[in-house]
Amino acid sequence: MNEYLRRLLFLPERASTMAWPVDRLHYVVIISTFLLSAGVGLTALGLFVRYRRSKGRPPEQVEPPWWFEALIIVAPLSVFLLWFAIGFNDFVRMNTPPKDAMDIYVMAKQWMWKFAYPGGPNAVNVLHVPSGRPVRLLMTSRDVIHSFYVPSFRMKKDVIPGRYTEYWFEATQPGHYQILCAEYCGANHSNMWGEVVAMKPDEFDAWLEREQRGLTAHQDTSHSAGEEPALAGDMVTNGRHLADVHGCLKCHSTDGTPHIGPTWLDLYRRTERLNSGEDVVADEAYLTESMMDPLAKVVAGYAPVMPTFQGKLAGPETAALLEYIKSLRTDRLGHEPAGAATYEQIPHAQQATP
Amino acid sequence: MSAPAVVPLQPEAPAPLAPSYLVDGTSVMSWLNTRDHKRIAIMFLVAVLFFLFLGGMFAMVLRVELLTPGPTIISATAYNRLFTLHGVIMVFLFMIPAIPAVFGNFMLPLMLGARDVAFPRLNLLSFYIYVAGALLAVFGMLHGGADTGWTFYTPYSTTTMTAIVPVLLGVFIVGFSSIVTGLNFIVTTHTMRAKGITWMKLPLFVWGIYGTSVIQVLATPVLGLVLLLVSIENVFGFGLFDPAQGGDPVLFQHLFWFYSHPAVYIMVLPAMAVISEVVAAFSHKNPFGYKAIAFSSLGIAFVGFFTWGHHMFVAGQSTFDAGVFGVLSMLVGVFTAIKVFNWTGTLYKGSIQFATPFAYFCGFLYFIVFGGMTGIAVATVSLDSHWHDTYFVVAHFHFIMVGATLMAFLAALHYWFPKMFGKSYPEGWGLVSATLIILGFNATFIPQFLLGNAGMPRRYYNYPPRFQMLHVASTGGATLLFFGFVIIFIYLVIALRSKSTVLTTSNPWGSKGYEWLTRSPPPTHNFDGPLPDYSEGPHHYGEVPGRKK
Repeated sequence: MNEYLRRLLFLPERASTMAWPVDRLHYVVIISTFLLSAGVGLTALGLFVRYRRSKGRPPEQVEPPWWFEALIIVAPLSVFLLWFAIGFNDFVRMNTPPKDAMDIYVMAKQWMWKFAYPGGPNAVNVLHVPSGRPVRLLMTSRDVIHSFYVPSFRMKKDVIPGRYTEYWFEATQPGHYQILCAEYCGANHSNMWGEVVAMKPDEFDAWLEREQRGLTAHQDTSHSAGEEPALAGDMVTNGRHLADVHGCLKCHSTDGTPHIGPTWLDLYRRTERLNSGEDVVADEAYLTESMMDPLAKVVAGYAPVMPTFQGKLAGPETAALLEYIKSLRTDRLGHEPAGAATYEQIPHAQQATP
Repeated sequence: MSAPAVVPLQPEAPAPLAPSYLVDGTSVMSWLNTRDHKRIAIMFLVAVLFFLFLGGMFAMVLRVELLTPGPTIISATAYNRLFTLHGVIMVFLFMIPAIPAVFGNFMLPLMLGARDVAFPRLNLLSFYIYVAGALLAVFGMLHGGADTGWTFYTPYSTTTMTAIVPVLLGVFIVGFSSIVTGLNFIVTTHTMRAKGITWMKLPLFVWGIYGTSVIQVLATPVLGLVLLLVSIENVFGFGLFDPAQGGDPVLFQHLFWFYSHPAVYIMVLPAMAVISEVVAAFSHKNPFGYKAIAFSSLGIAFVGFFTWGHHMFVAGQSTFDAGVFGVLSMLVGVFTAIKVFNWTGTLYKGSIQFATPFAYFCGFLYFIVFGGMTGIAVATVSLDSHWHDTYFVVAHFHFIMVGATLMAFLAALHYWFPKMFGKSYPEGWGLVSATLIILGFNATFIPQFLLGNAGMPRRYYNYPPRFQMLHVASTGGATLLFFGFVIIFIYLVIALRSKSTVLTTSNPWGSKGYEWLTRSPPPTHNFDGPLPDYSEGPHHYGEVPGRKK
């Protein structure tokens, strides 16, 4: 029955943990739509046949009793709200990445997807992930709005310049799943395809290790005119370097001591009290906002003196800084990843689709 | 057709009747410089039909292009310009003015017992503003070729190389026509009602047009503002929507949908208004639940302002906001459901005449139910995560916005054709083309619902080959639809030119609508002699047993 409905509705295969909740509600909605429409349609047809104009029979005037009007308000509203309740519950799950999700950075540009793993390797249009483990994509765009859409995962999320959006999924089985750009982005919008390659977890671990052993020299650092080169090396190292170059460390310490600004040690996911009295969790969105628009949300007890880095930090640089901040954890002191990683050429990179 | 009903009041002294508005002055200037709401309506009719034709031709080219993945007949750039052109023309130049500016203009004063709208000169100005804006937009589209889609999303629209500014300004100007017409209708409804027409005796068409006008006056300025901002950003690099300068590209979407969601109701409320008239007239029944139908129009007009966020569930808006906009969208759905049940109820115990307008009523009922239910489905946030920006959404809004509006437009055109021109159309051909159009519309858009399920994003020139079968089916359906329109065009032109179609009665449908209380076509000042008697309700086909008078 399930498989039959899926084919009848032309739905693609289900490849993520959220795909079945979406399809299940889809079935409920489509079946109740057909039942309700059939109800209205058959009633109208029946009335039409029964009350066709004929000479001897004048129309009889009727007005609905109050309970009829009440019924036609309450009945559809209950159905709609039931759909909504189920849908919203699933939607909250879709938008709440598990804490242990593996992070991958996504940079969309006209007209390709660039993926960067915190450990170092990056890739174009092909996203390798482990199946059976949650993966969180932290996505931003360097030009216009794009939308990351994997039909087999039943999910999409817009990718917006100047801020990070999140997309998490857990692929249920190994396989190749198409990525499509779903937000119109110009001449080659309809060719902005990519592919998620879900691998068995142990194969993925081996793949990632192999990638990180590869030669830095072979890494994809190509760039078009007017664009900064992609950063070589692992993101934490780059982030530390950038923090130094941009003078972040003049005001932010990394050892837990408060300075002109809050310390970066254990900052990630810490709940901070703002001078407005509100609380904020220092996640990627907040940290990015604080780099771009520092005075919007100032932590209580600190002076609003930080300059903006809007236009000074490119997307990959922001991502590297975030990774550096995320790496600064008390429980990880002394265990920071070793320096410059080495790379091999990434298989499939540069190929749009197989 | 049924027997003529008792119609106009005879003037006291039998004098020769004044010429009808159609022949009262035959020079070109007597049309171009007219203040007569009926002539302005006819001029709007010609203009919107022209744009329907233009937009339809672009749609046909798009459908042919999509027969194969990759290039078929045009380039990717041309494709992107064409779907923009199709969207801008159909939304701003056809659907928004279609029913209010044509049938609203013609019928509103007749239904209120007024001799014209409140501001006849403004009414004419509205037409010329529309023409000027339309010409500028079309010039911009042909000359530079905007390629942003009719939604003009930033930062694409502020960085594209194409000449988008004339198009934006064109739509901005057309917006004023919408505001002026809306204002005119609101004032007319408040101040020009004849003696005896109380608010609770307003024809349902007037209620719908009144609700529409309120939205037009309140929401269109926001569209004007945002289009102007994008133009300024484009020309001067203001940075309002540019993140590199501290701007926010998503702000545009909020402003745009704050107008453009209510704009959906600007298109659909007049359609509902027409249908409320048609269903009563063709079943000879008092409307089932007059107050429910009337007040749900106002309900839609009000709640419609608070649902814009449902266009942005996956655009980085917070989960909480998504929930709030989701619930509010469900409420709007309920107002539509109220109307649907009341129209169906109107058939009960009626005396139903099956003619072309009634066929379109059936089509309308079908499209509003399926289009409406799929709308509730996409407002169900988790499902939208799959369907957003796919062909499912394309099919949904074509069903609800185009399907319903087109059905009502054609129903109105056939129902009021005798009123406007004093002539009849060929009923047989009417039913043939209605069947073709309804079937063709389904054959075009049902495959598109399935394409959306399969994951086909919208605005794709190239597509994965697995989608081809459904695209071919959709193009086949569009061809049927096209022929349906060709037939209508041919028989209406023949009916207009022929002398044998002249009616011998002023009210061929036996309708009780107030607009039929004068002769067809009406004289320039709408009524011969004194105003008709409005003591009975506008859809009064008989007493309800057991109800106090």
